[in-house]
Amino acid sequence: MTPLLQVENLAKFYGHRIGCTDVSFDLFPGEVMGIVGESGSGKSTLLNCLAGHLTPDRGAVRFDTRAEGLKDTITMSEPERRMLGRTDWAFVHQHARDGLRMNVSAGGNVGERLMAVNARHYGNIRAEAIDWLGRVEITQDRIDERPTAFSGGMQQRLQIARNLVTGPRLVFMDEPTGGLDVSVQARLLDLLRSLVREMNLSAIIVTHDLAVVRLLADRLMVMKDGHVIETGLTDQVLDDPQQAYTQLLVSSVLQV
Amino acid sequence: MSDYNFAYLDEQTKRMIRRAILKGLAIPGYQVPFASREMPMPYGWGTGGVQVSAAVLKPDDTFKVIDQGADDTTNAVSIRRFFQKTAGVAVTEATEEASVIQTRHRIPEAELRADQILVYQVPIPEPLRFLEPSEVETRKMHALEEYGLMHVKLYEDISQHGDIATAYAYPVKVEGRYVMDPSPIPKFDNPKLKMAGIQLFGAGREQRIYAIPPYTDVVSLDFEDYPFQPTKADHACDLCGAEDSYLDELIMDDAGKRMFMCSDTDYCATRRKGGHIGAQGAPHREDAA
Ligand SMILES: Nc1ncnc2c1ncn2[C@@H]1O[C@H](COP(=O)(O)OP(=O)(O)OP(=O)(O)O)[C@@H](O)[C@H]1O
Ligand SMILES: [Mg+2]
Repeated sequence: MTPLLQVENLAKFYGHRIGCTDVSFDLFPGEVMGIVGESGSGKSTLLNCLAGHLTPDRGAVRFDTRAEGLKDTITMSEPERRMLGRTDWAFVHQHARDGLRMNVSAGGNVGERLMAVNARHYGNIRAEAIDWLGRVEITQDRIDERPTAFSGGMQQRLQIARNLVTGPRLVFMDEPTGGLDVSVQARLLDLLRSLVREMNLSAIIVTHDLAVVRLLADRLMVMKDGHVIETGLTDQVLDDPQQAYTQLLVSSVLQV
Repeated sequence: MSDYNFAYLDEQTKRMIRRAILKGLAIPGYQVPFASREMPMPYGWGTGGVQVSAAVLKPDDTFKVIDQGADDTTNAVSIRRFFQKTAGVAVTEATEEASVIQTRHRIPEAELRADQILVYQVPIPEPLRFLEPSEVETRKMHALEEYGLMHVKLYEDISQHGDIATAYAYPVKVEGRYVMDPSPIPKFDNPKLKMAGIQLFGAGREQRIYAIPPYTDVVSLDFEDYPFQPTKADHACDLCGAEDSYLDELIMDDAGKRMFMCSDTDYCATRRKGGHIGAQGAPHREDAA
């Protein structure tokens, strides 16, 4: 089976400081990979390198493109990479306002990706927006409101709808439940889990929250100081951590 | 007159502007940066258009200036006088007689010929600015032809107003490539953007020049189910009776009496001279101006 994403020896430095280094893994279609680790361990750096937002200093990130199969996204042309960014890839930011247009209505936010791939029928775009708002539990009567009128949880759900509307094959998420209060988090997690299953999504989810990976991730990568120190099936890593650091991480969180 | 170089700007500056114009003509709709000069008038008063006019004017040209279609507004008069004084060119109010026409907010009703140049004053050249404030990002969007955002703006219009409410500066795609802001002309004028004359756009404060060569394809953006419509007031001109011209609405008195008249004053006068009379018009007299 061809991996959807193949990462080889990836490294990114900020001057002398390590962002992340020596990262290699394969992600297969339909798989959800969690990335956990303490603050500053390089999770966001890695995710941004994978999604084409940062240019790594070393390594390859090969994506199984529709036309040409596995292709290094770091060396491909910028137009091609940006095209992936609005079709086959989706990126869910921690702060919804980084991933939404705050001065555009909810419907316009969801419709943007459709229009970016040349949807030119207003009625169809709007119908699709209504459908997607419904799928993330935002009622139709809010479609013409701007996200500024929405709660944090709604904004995050809107961001998810906006990203998934074009049926991406790979979703990057950086702390999608961060900054939300616990009950809102739980609802969002439920929603994410059912969407991932329904759409058979492949995803890479960065999080601090082991409950998130327990619920969503098939596999887990633990990072520390820019290195991947442990990887495996989620249950395996959480129930039987091999590294001392992971043991500490698991025990400290599970006690909360 | 001897105090100035011909048409105010020095020759080197004019050459620089001409290079930008030629580049703009070679890449229709593309915004070419240029080093805008200080002009003896404030930004917002057509400094971009004036610099373009200065660069294209020749001593044997006949120059016309319109502001919202009218030759007699303060702004139009002062720009016309400026070039009368600094270039000594002939001036006219007749569209047909002019070889260079500088305009703000209108395209003349009379069809322009291949030997005429239309120079637009442009306040904001970037059509994507409203939704994407980053200049770096909008340039990239132009370079990569990522224009989905332009339709987001039209989508917002329809969702808020039930129809595409954008009535001025209605975005167009030029020769199937660059999305362009035609400057704040009414969308009624958009179909005229495909014409025999050369169209040059100058934005002084923003330091951009762009152009549409003769007979270039210019398409107004729209949705399949909300096609572009070049609307105008559903009325005839009360002075000359024209039904095909863009109209200004005038409130005549406190009782709310209204009057519609051609915004293109030369078009209206020419028709009245030709014997056309509108509902509230009087027969043309030579001394009435
Ligand atoms: N733009 C930057 N310039 C310099 N150093 C940076 C930059 N961004 C991140 N770093 C450094 O790179 C390392 C990894 O940071 P990164 O943001 O990837 O961590 P993280 O795991 O996402 O942390 P958090 O959980 O706090 O979001 C840290 O040492 C950080 O200080
Ligand atoms: Mg981070």
